[in-house]
Amino acid sequence: MSVIKVQGLSKSFGALKAVDQLSFEVEAGQVYGFLGQNGSGKSTTIRMLLSLIHPTQGHIEIFGQSLSDNRSAILEQIGAVIERPDLYPYLTAQEHLTLFAKLRKQKITAAKIEATLAQVGLLSRANDKVQTYSLGMKQRLGIGIALLHDPQLIILDEPTNGLDPQGIADIRQLIKSLSKDQGKTVLVSSHLLSEIEQIASHILIIHQGKKMAEGPKSSLLDPNKTIVQIKTLDDQDAKQKLIASVYQSNLLERTEGLYLTIPKLEIPALNAFIVSSNIDLVSLEAKNSLEDYFLQLTSTF
Amino acid sequence: MKKLSLLIVGILLMQVSIFAQSNALIERVTKKLNLVNDYVATGVMKTDVAFIKASLGKVKIYFKKPNLLKVKKEGGISLLPKGGVSVTINSLLNNKQYIAIESGVQMFKGKSLQAIKLIPTDEKLDWVISTLWIDPVDALVYKTFTTTKENGTYEITMEYGQYANYGLPSKLIFGFNTKDYKLPNGITLEFGDEDPAAKQKALKQKKGTIEITYANYVINQGVSNSMF
Amino acid sequence: MWPIIQIELFKIYKRPRTYIAFGAIAALILVIQMGLKIDGEAYAAFLMKDINDTLTVDGKVLNGYLICYILLQLLLVHVPLLVALIAADMLSGEANLGTLRLLFTTPYSRTQWVLAKFVAASIYTILLLIWLAFLALFMSMWIFGTDDLFLMKSNYVVLIQEQDVFWRYLGAFVFASFSLLTVAALGFLMSSLANNSIGPIVATISAIVFFTILSTLNIPLFNVVKPYLFTTHMNNWKEFFDIQVNDSNDAITGSILNVAKIKNSIIILTIHIGLFVGASVWIMKKKDILS
Repeated sequence: MSVIKVQGLSKSFGALKAVDQLSFEVEAGQVYGFLGQNGSGKSTTIRMLLSLIHPTQGHIEIFGQSLSDNRSAILEQIGAVIERPDLYPYLTAQEHLTLFAKLRKQKITAAKIEATLAQVGLLSRANDKVQTYSLGMKQRLGIGIALLHDPQLIILDEPTNGLDPQGIADIRQLIKSLSKDQGKTVLVSSHLLSEIEQIASHILIIHQGKKMAEGPKSSLLDPNKTIVQIKTLDDQDAKQKLIASVYQSNLLERTEGLYLTIPKLEIPALNAFIVSSNIDLVSLEAKNSLEDYFLQLTSTF
Repeated sequence: MKKLSLLIVGILLMQVSIFAQSNALIERVTKKLNLVNDYVATGVMKTDVAFIKASLGKVKIYFKKPNLLKVKKEGGISLLPKGGVSVTINSLLNNKQYIAIESGVQMFKGKSLQAIKLIPTDEKLDWVISTLWIDPVDALVYKTFTTTKENGTYEITMEYGQYANYGLPSKLIFGFNTKDYKLPNGITLEFGDEDPAAKQKALKQKKGTIEITYANYVINQGVSNSMF
Repeated sequence: MWPIIQIELFKIYKRPRTYIAFGAIAALILVIQMGLKIDGEAYAAFLMKDINDTLTVDGKVLNGYLICYILLQLLLVHVPLLVALIAADMLSGEANLGTLRLLFTTPYSRTQWVLAKFVAASIYTILLLIWLAFLALFMSMWIFGTDDLFLMKSNYVVLIQEQDVFWRYLGAFVFASFSLLTVAALGFLMSSLANNSIGPIVATISAIVFFTILSTLNIPLFNVVKPYLFTTHMNNWKEFFDIQVNDSNDAITGSILNVAKIKNSIIILTIHIGLFVGASVWIMKKKDILS
């Protein structure tokens, strides 16, 4: 079952197209990694999922319901930390959780608040004002607020930003445990492939608001699969021919350029197919890994 | 020269006879007033000055011979003509430091009143000239018009009731000239539109009155000096 | 909506900035009260210079009621600035802090949040006014005692009997709450337009100063718009202290000279509040939260 279903989502700020025709689906129980450079449109997309930004175009469905029509019911089941862990400096962690507990339909007991504080490792500092916290502590409190009401979907935007190595490791552990032990669906974004690589089960690469690649980590990062970029004189014609061929399943879903994931040994056969199909090939370039692919995307586009 | 001397003597004699007549009437008035050594009266005071909005207030009036007078509002703030309340009939007639000149008979509220002008003989007194309109029948002063040195002119009209025997009025209307009143907007912090009617009235009307309607007098029961 | 109002109130209660206004009002009032206690007679004599040419004023002119009037006259010009300090920060402050994201991703709608925040700002404003009333009225009554209220206006004086004064203050404070809520609503509107704290506060204060100048200048061009400016009406609490007179110029106890003017002002201020808050809701609903 799709927890998130996004179709043709676009957002423009004046002339700038921050998100462009983005479509993806997140299944229940997945840790869905949102990978992209800073400014690639990750945060804008996440903010649209949380109804903070109004889409220019497109449709968002969460838990099978349209976000625009069922905002309140949907948000009841979502916990989120968006970019910086911004909190009230003059309130304590305990006060933050007590306040946000009031905002939920279900009754959140004092014991649950204490358990959440313990979960994010803030029990000993619960009564200190947030202004005395380190960035890591704030981040953990932000996550505590997001988890307090036991949501089905957890959205974490760059949750390890600015954290020390231990903090990063803790967050990773927490995300894994949320998915594995509690069966939560987690959508997590980062600009670091290594970060996403370690926690996500599915990955979507976004660049300049467009989807570059999407798929299970296992397939995107399979060492047996090389990513091949094909440049032709007529990409549209080439794409049609590839879709009609055995290579349909190897095609990476992209709006620009032609990419395929294919075992290295099969590249000569692919080359032969291109030639025999009268595709006007300009170049055929093999990438070694997703990282290469990601780096290339983010440096050349 | 002789003729002139005769004329002067004649005029003087005539004046003396006028003084004699008017003095007699004033004597009757004074005699009546002298019946009262002191009093405490209660009444209602109404202030009618164009630039003042005040409601009727209960007042107590204390008097003690020769000319101590105090109007006190029962709790609250009272507005009295400046220096005016001291210019009473008692203070005018007190000590007989005046020359009285009869100046005709005038009708006032259906009564034929004898007008007598008083000119003070003591320069220290703060009034310059005063006219009293007296009813020769009951020896009651119904109206006075006094010009003072410092506080302009005052007109007092009186009505009498059950205390007429003591020469004490049942109603006293005190008329006086008012000066302009204006406070800058910067002080009052009133920048909005003002009440145009009140402004208009204040401009037109330069006279103010204070009206005291006496309810009762307690006469000659002693009043402490500390009241004044 | 009550939980989010509670949250907003709790945040106001916890913010150090909240207490600046309470402290400022207390300090101002106590300083003025002390000054008037020590040297008030000279001040009264100065005010009554013209009156004393004609009349002798006998009684305790400088009593608690007059002190309160003087205080309100001075403070009700400045309290809006203190209200702006909080109200103009309600939305933009959170946008600046980044916490607006936290609020707007809860199941409550933006309209509910904006209204809850305005209700909280209004409660704060009214508490500030109650604090002002306590210090300016009750403290003055306690320190200076009470008596008739002798008011010197620009062109006339009004003498209101002691027992006829207190209810007028209650009326004046209720009226002042409309004035201050208008300021709060204006601050709120400014707040919805910005993502930083200082801008809307400065903009609100500037708008009040600008419109106050328009309201006080007697220039025909401005006179056309004056009746519709909220600043023209904000000071009309004073109307509670003007009294009707009958044909023989006796003040009518318990009367107000121009009830219609008060009603009109309240209507215009209420319309302003509605427009400002309505516009804030509309703007916030449309707004993309990018902070």
